[in-house]
Amino acid sequence: MNRSATSRARRLLELLLTVGPGALWLLIFMLIPALLMLEASFLQRGPYGRLVGPFTLANYLRFFGLTPEGFDPLYLGILWRSAVFAAGVTAITLLLGYPLAFAIATSRRKETLLLLVVLPFWTNFLIRIYAWIVIFQRHGVVNAALGALGLGPLPLYPSWFAVYVATVYTYLPFLVLPVYTAVERIDWTLLEAAQDLGAGRVRGFLHAVLPQTLPGVVAGVLLVFVPALGTFVISDLLGAGRVILIGNVIQQQFGVVRDWAFGSAAAYVLMALVLLGLWGYARVAGEEGLDRLV
Amino acid sequence: MPRLLKLHTYLVLAFLYLPIAVIVALSFNQSRFGVRWTGFTWQWYLRLFHHHRVAVYAENTLIVAVASTLIATVLGTLLALGLYRYSFRLKGAIRFLIYVPVVIPDIVMGVALLLFFAWVRVHTGWLRLSLTTIVLGHVTFQIAYVALVVRSRLAGLDPALEEAAQDLGAGSYATFRHVTLPLILPGVLAGALLAFTLSLDDFVITFFTAGPGSTTLPLYIFGSVKRGVTPEIHALSSILIAATTVGLVLGRALLRRR
Repeated sequence: MNRSATSRARRLLELLLTVGPGALWLLIFMLIPALLMLEASFLQRGPYGRLVGPFTLANYLRFFGLTPEGFDPLYLGILWRSAVFAAGVTAITLLLGYPLAFAIATSRRKETLLLLVVLPFWTNFLIRIYAWIVIFQRHGVVNAALGALGLGPLPLYPSWFAVYVATVYTYLPFLVLPVYTAVERIDWTLLEAAQDLGAGRVRGFLHAVLPQTLPGVVAGVLLVFVPALGTFVISDLLGAGRVILIGNVIQQQFGVVRDWAFGSAAAYVLMALVLLGLWGYARVAGEEGLDRLV
Repeated sequence: MPRLLKLHTYLVLAFLYLPIAVIVALSFNQSRFGVRWTGFTWQWYLRLFHHHRVAVYAENTLIVAVASTLIATVLGTLLALGLYRYSFRLKGAIRFLIYVPVVIPDIVMGVALLLFFAWVRVHTGWLRLSLTTIVLGHVTFQIAYVALVVRSRLAGLDPALEEAAQDLGAGSYATFRHVTLPLILPGVLAGALLAFTLSLDDFVITFFTAGPGSTTLPLYIFGSVKRGVTPEIHALSSILIAATTVGLVLGRALLRRR
């Protein structure tokens, strides 16, 4: 009796010593900030950008376009544009990355190819973005090449096109890696069986290979879609004012505009969308699915 | 490999390396403006070394990366151990809390931390935006990555080894110190390496949690790009590219020798 009490106390102590510090850290620096931001999203911008009461729904109403002056779809439009942008980037990344993952997994120089794909990803993020400015600007690499052929110049920077290219470039490895892992695990005997049963190349791929890679594809899609949806750096640098995404709205509210209340509401809308998508993903893929995201 | 797939691979690799090649080439170009090649020069590198502030920015970046990695590695490893060994109420909630920084857009985390630091400052006078607040912010997302990497290592552990140690009379701490820790050490190191590189590369969290006097290299590069870049940035970028390449290749060589 006494002994089990001490062992329980011991267990509790060990639990507090292991899980305690990390959990406390996340509580203080993640949960509390999230709650503060929730509160801020229901407050208003006061003098000097201070947050003042009373509680109001005004920020959310404004985001969804329900202003006292009538319906204004400005922010809903930006949100929609951001979603379309993220979906477009994801689709292009999939077109480039899916075959690449197959090529790597079936190559004899697998290790080298994998290193070549992740190496640019380890290069500083801002340098990679900046490089695309050099490539696309008025007197940049592309226009210099076109000029040598007697063509151009094309207005490539700032533009949506440049933002698309740089975003695809930035997140491509996020898609290739999970798909590659899935391709590595493919049971090829299923394809042989399908071919023995008379399936052609296309049907064999669609029914015996593609389904086996789907878990990796879904994880990769999420890993590209979410950061593309929330980006503000790429659109800021390569769009230079012409491309406004939801991330830019949030950054401006916390920066020059100094309306932290509205910025918090916009951030909550973005977070709600992402968590909703994630919840759907977790329901389909389970907890192993969440692990695949790391 | 089918020919078409091979072609696709080469094209994508060219796409991946074009920006890097452009930056490195320009860092040796004499011309200050544009991309026309006017001759080879080392001058941008020399000017970079005479730019007294860049050394400070590099130092700031390293201080943040080292400090945050140390804290996050200890906290993350302990967290993974506790979650692996014990079952308790709230376990699901803590697990969820670990996934959040990995999956929500970093701008959301950045602005939430900014709000939090401002709130603490108003109420207590502590936590002026500085290197300290950057470290606090970095640890918050690093913990998650360390915990998840260590956890995958723990999942592959043979429970019989720990049981054997306990049967031989080792207490919890002795078992941890002499059996569990050596077994999960590669996972801990991998988690620490990941946390370190994430910190070096981070721009968004740093952007929202930095104050005057706590400029890091990514912040400096961002500022230069916004103002209009000088060729010194090409030189700085090339040095960073070379450093990460050497680091990555060496790291892999070391891992392979093990």
